[in-house]
Amino acid sequence: MLLGPALALSALLFAIGVTGVLVRRNAIVIYMCVELMLNAVNLSFVALSTAHGISGQVFVFFVMTVAAAEAAVGLAIILAIFRHHKSVNLSNINLLKG
Amino acid sequence: MPHALLALAALPAEAHDVMALGQELRLPIALILGLPLLGFLLNGALALWKPDAKGAVSLIGPGVLIAAFGIAVAQYLKLSHLWHDQPELSPVATLWNWLPVGTLQVPFAFQLDQLSMVMLLVVTGVGSLIHLFSVGYMKADPGYARYFAYLNLFVMFMLVLVLGASFPMMFIGWEGVGLCSYLLIGFWFTEKANADAGKKAFIVNRIGDFGFLVAMFLIWQTFGSLDYANVFGKAADASTHLAGGATITAITLFLFLGCTGKSAQIPLYTWLPDAMAGPTPVSALIHAATMVTAGVYLVARANVLFALAPTTQAVVAGVGALTALFAATIGLRQYDIKKVLAYSTVSQLGYMFLGVGTGAITAGVFHLATHAFFKALLFLGSGSVIHAMHHAYHASHSHDDPQDMRNMGGLAKYMPITATLMGIATLAIAGIPPFAGFFSKDEILAFAFGRGEHTPIFRVYWAMGATAALLTAFYMARLMAMTFFGENRTGDEARHHLHEAPWIMTGPLVVLGVLSIAGGWLNLPEFAASLGTPELLHHWLHPILAAGDRVAETLGTAPALPEGGAEHMLIGLAIALAVLGLAAGFFTTLKARTVPAHDAPPEHGFWKVLYHKYYVDELYDAVIVRPLEALSRVVLWKQVDQGLIDGAGVNGAAWASRTLGWLGSRLQSGLVGGYVVLFLVGALYILGMVVWR
Repeated sequence: MLLGPALALSALLFAIGVTGVLVRRNAIVIYMCVELMLNAVNLSFVALSTAHGISGQVFVFFVMTVAAAEAAVGLAIILAIFRHHKSVNLSNINLLKG
Repeated sequence: MPHALLALAALPAEAHDVMALGQELRLPIALILGLPLLGFLLNGALALWKPDAKGAVSLIGPGVLIAAFGIAVAQYLKLSHLWHDQPELSPVATLWNWLPVGTLQVPFAFQLDQLSMVMLLVVTGVGSLIHLFSVGYMKADPGYARYFAYLNLFVMFMLVLVLGASFPMMFIGWEGVGLCSYLLIGFWFTEKANADAGKKAFIVNRIGDFGFLVAMFLIWQTFGSLDYANVFGKAADASTHLAGGATITAITLFLFLGCTGKSAQIPLYTWLPDAMAGPTPVSALIHAATMVTAGVYLVARANVLFALAPTTQAVVAGVGALTALFAATIGLRQYDIKKVLAYSTVSQLGYMFLGVGTGAITAGVFHLATHAFFKALLFLGSGSVIHAMHHAYHASHSHDDPQDMRNMGGLAKYMPITATLMGIATLAIAGIPPFAGFFSKDEILAFAFGRGEHTPIFRVYWAMGATAALLTAFYMARLMAMTFFGENRTGDEARHHLHEAPWIMTGPLVVLGVLSIAGGWLNLPEFAASLGTPELLHHWLHPILAAGDRVAETLGTAPALPEGGAEHMLIGLAIALAVLGLAAGFFTTLKARTVPAHDAPPEHGFWKVLYHKYYVDELYDAVIVRPLEALSRVVLWKQVDQGLIDGAGVNGAAWASRTLGWLGSRLQSGLVGGYVVLFLVGALYILGMVVWR
């Protein structure tokens, strides 16, 4: 059974994603890291479905659908930000500062 | 309720009678109370929307009270018949259940027994006469309708006070009459002095009311009830272990504190002389005949409790005697005709407390009734004089004081009816037989002397009372001489306008004059048995006072009337003092060459102290009012209000929320990364909780 290594890989990918979100400033890269986290979760689902039945694999489809929708909306927002600021560096985007 | 049903319930026959009678009395009592209330509502409505409808007010104001008096007389006739066979019958008419709180049950109930019957007749009877007098006295006043609205409301509350069947019911009336007193003292509130006098009366009375409230709490704690029937029944049953104890002494002392406020005794009497700022008929009704006697009524009502506390009795009698003497000396050197009568009232109330404090409840109530007659007559008579003086000065555009006796003199020539009737009242209050005051005052003094046999302090009280009697005769004779005799000092121009009052004012005076002469027949002493049936009032009140008398018998504090030589000595002394006081007062005043107020020289020596009322008001001002004001200004206002409430409370709350908001806003960096870190920390925390819980 590859469950242990699969989950370890999933955790590693998720950690890379989190680290990327935390340390990078470029909106595109952060976005890609978010996708990485989603897919790390997908990997866990698939791996765990061997032990807990088919529902894990079904859930992966939902995650992929949501990720596709998120890609559309997220990229559109990033484009809009770029048009406004001529930059996608999140350090410059702090309009919500209290 | 059908008889068969009650027979099944196996109630004794008498209980049935009382309950049925109580049911029967609901309508008359509701009418007696409702008529003055209706008068208040109608007159109040007229005062608001049609203040010029004086005809309607003249009809409604006295009308409702005369009707109430008629109903009261009908009840008297009916009940006195029943009481002849069953003296213990004291029916309670419950109108509705008012305060049902757990074991505390206070129904809105009224009790019509022999004592409340006396008070009911005095209040509605004398009240009716004073209402009629007011029609003439207040005719030209723009606040005519408002005046009668307040007066009707006062009578309603006074009736609640005397008819209520429990301490809270009495307290409703007690507070209500205080309110009406405040409203009527400050009736001409556009003058600041009058409004201040009203406030003074109200505030001083609050101190007494505090005592009444504490007494009620203690009664509730001790007896578990506030109904007269329960409390006095239990007190009489438990007399052996209650008697002389701290509890009963505290209860009665706090009750008496209430009395000193309402009935103007030392140390709370200062409001009553100032209360003369109100219209004169108000002084007659509220501040002489009825409201101020509420304290005497309270002691008479709670006679069992007071009989159980001999210490309190000594305090009550002592305060009464001291007040009687103290106020009488002040009355010697007052020039305002109403002020003299006001101090006289304080002094006479002192007599009543001397009586009830001695344990001679009948004598106290007797003096209450006779005092209501002759003092109402004196006040209304002075009202008639002031009315004439006011019109004379008004017509001659003079600004002299129409109440100052130095501006009067020789008025008997211009107003013979008023002068004659006030003369009768003077003889009555001075204690000349056979006028009403002689019998009641003599009885009080005799009982005080009698109780002195076992408790020597009462001999001192008796001596103070006797001296006060001499002074009473003196200042009343001085009042008569200054007002009605000698040379007229009103002023040449104003003199032509002096005239006797109209019949609507002299009529009630005549009735009160007859009562001042005949009032003594209510309770003739044994030695005057040749004049009529003796001790009518004593026998009449016996069912109410029997329990208290029994307690006093067991404690050995029952006052005994002196007999034989001592009795004759007392009577002779009383008459001698009265005659001496009257003669001295009359002739010294006539000889003294009084000059009108605006030419009067300043007072000297002890007269000055008396003129300034022993500076008691100034003393209270310096000891209580000013420190209180200073405390309010320096501590309460500058420190507590501005410092604590405004500073720490209001501004502090604003500062705290602003600081907290500032702290919170530091979190809003606007950087997405920061938010994600927080999000992650939170997520890890929750994860940790789930895993390592």
